[in-house]
Amino acid sequence: MEFSSIINFSLELLAVLLLALGIKGLSKVRSAREANILAAFAMLISVVGLLLSNYLGESGIPDQSWKWIIIGSLVGSLFGAILAKKVPMTSMPETVALFNGFGGMSSLLVAVGMSLFDPSKLEGNLKLVTNISIAVSVFVGAITFSGSIAAMAKLQGWLSTPGWTQLKARHFVNIIFGVISLIAFVYLLKGNPSSIWLLVTSSTLLGIGVTLPIGGADMPVVISLLNSYSGIAAAAAGFVVGSQLLIVAGAMVGAAGLILTQVMCKGMNRSLISVLFGGSLSAQSTASSGSREYTNITSCSVEECALTLEAANKVIIVPGYGLAVAQAQHTLREVTKKLEQNGIEVVYAIHPVAGRMPGHMNVLLAEADVPYEQLKEMDVVNPDFPATDVVLVLGANDVVNPQAKNDSSSPLYGMPVLDVQEARTVFVIKRGMSAGYSGIKNDLFDLPNTSMVFGDAKKVLNDLIGELKDLGVGEK
Amino acid sequence: MSFINLLWVLLLGSLLGLELIGKVPPTLHTPLMSGANAISGITMLAALTAIIKSEPGSPLLIIGSISLGFALFNVVGGFLVTDRMLAMFSRKPNKKK
Repeated sequence: MEFSSIINFSLELLAVLLLALGIKGLSKVRSAREANILAAFAMLISVVGLLLSNYLGESGIPDQSWKWIIIGSLVGSLFGAILAKKVPMTSMPETVALFNGFGGMSSLLVAVGMSLFDPSKLEGNLKLVTNISIAVSVFVGAITFSGSIAAMAKLQGWLSTPGWTQLKARHFVNIIFGVISLIAFVYLLKGNPSSIWLLVTSSTLLGIGVTLPIGGADMPVVISLLNSYSGIAAAAAGFVVGSQLLIVAGAMVGAAGLILTQVMCKGMNRSLISVLFGGSLSAQSTASSGSREYTNITSCSVEECALTLEAANKVIIVPGYGLAVAQAQHTLREVTKKLEQNGIEVVYAIHPVAGRMPGHMNVLLAEADVPYEQLKEMDVVNPDFPATDVVLVLGANDVVNPQAKNDSSSPLYGMPVLDVQEARTVFVIKRGMSAGYSGIKNDLFDLPNTSMVFGDAKKVLNDLIGELKDLGVGEK
Repeated sequence: MSFINLLWVLLLGSLLGLELIGKVPPTLHTPLMSGANAISGITMLAALTAIIKSEPGSPLLIIGSISLGFALFNVVGGFLVTDRMLAMFSRKPNKKK
């Protein structure tokens, strides 16, 4: 074995090992940050290994290759780093979607380039294998790219869920895109290079066609699934260039992404099939339970809310995405600090899908300096509600809907929810009576122990601080 | 490296990925997704290989370079953003020490 291949093999082995340890470590709170750095380091090693072995190899690396390598790396890294530093924490889901889409685009481009300008001039069986890998890489890469961009556009609010996407005909249209992709696939294998453009077009449209009808609440699952796809696309690209490291790493990400998708689905009580093909939840619900009117809404002032809070012993906060949109997590932290200074026990109840992605709310609250111990997961906090005096629901809706437990006809039925109605008093801070993500009426708002405080979360919380000050809370 | 060998590599890699993530606390779902996403930018190796193997003056150089740019956008951005998220979790214990 040549010296250059020995270097390559040993560095590749090291990189795989570190990547595996990195993914493993990312699934534990204690080791997550180091694991992320470890994985980044492993990527660096893999690049160094590849460059070094080629540099020392017989053909070396031509000067013009260096030029294009440096240009590509600099531009990509620079924009990636700028975006990563600038983006606000609330837009994390769409940022991950964008990064993911670009990863898919990368696999797509490499495969197209290798297909049109293959330098190795392979013949026979090897040519066939390469062509299959190229076709898979293009197909999955294009779906990852267009699907991720569609998901990002929806999360950003650039795209809504148009009514026509909910028609049953969409399945028919998507099947047609699928069939066209298959035809292009076969032609490509037969050695018809121009059919690659047909494959690119049809799989791009398929990615959009599948993602667009999916409702906002299910978007995190879709992003996670697309993330898994981009791993598969990377593995396929590994077959194109014959790199074992690429195949292992791609396969690892693909498989791990699939597991993560499954875990997320469980948290939302949805099956992957219903997420992908069931369409938007709100479209189904407007027909059934969405039309029911609210009959017994109690609205109250911030002052009343402050008085009740002052008399409480135990308060549970239920934060939702609305809180994050209003950028009110810091204001909320000030309110809870005051309550704590008065000897009131404060706990945050975190639903598994609070925010827009599982774990998103934890990130947002951590940003506002909320102690990690005060964040309680749903299963831990649910038995505590009957012994709780006041529950503050801030911008959360579907995750506190008792329908999920009581009404078997509700589309939410069976979804794990926080049992806030068990508490003595529930305050729901909300901008208006609009429905949540799922578009379903929330029975909680009709209950006698629920009071609505209407207003922007940040403004209400600011007023609340003022009222609490007037009451002398937290000034000992 | 024969095709069959590469298939073995694919199979074992997938099994490894399935085993790596067992129980993930919901807190870490977003960072884990973002971190795994950064790793999927490993396609930069394919882009690099394409650039290196490319014939002089071939359009593959430019296509490869663009592909490399996209991949590195994913990798660098992905790891930095993950680190930003995770930094918020680890800040607490440090203060207490």
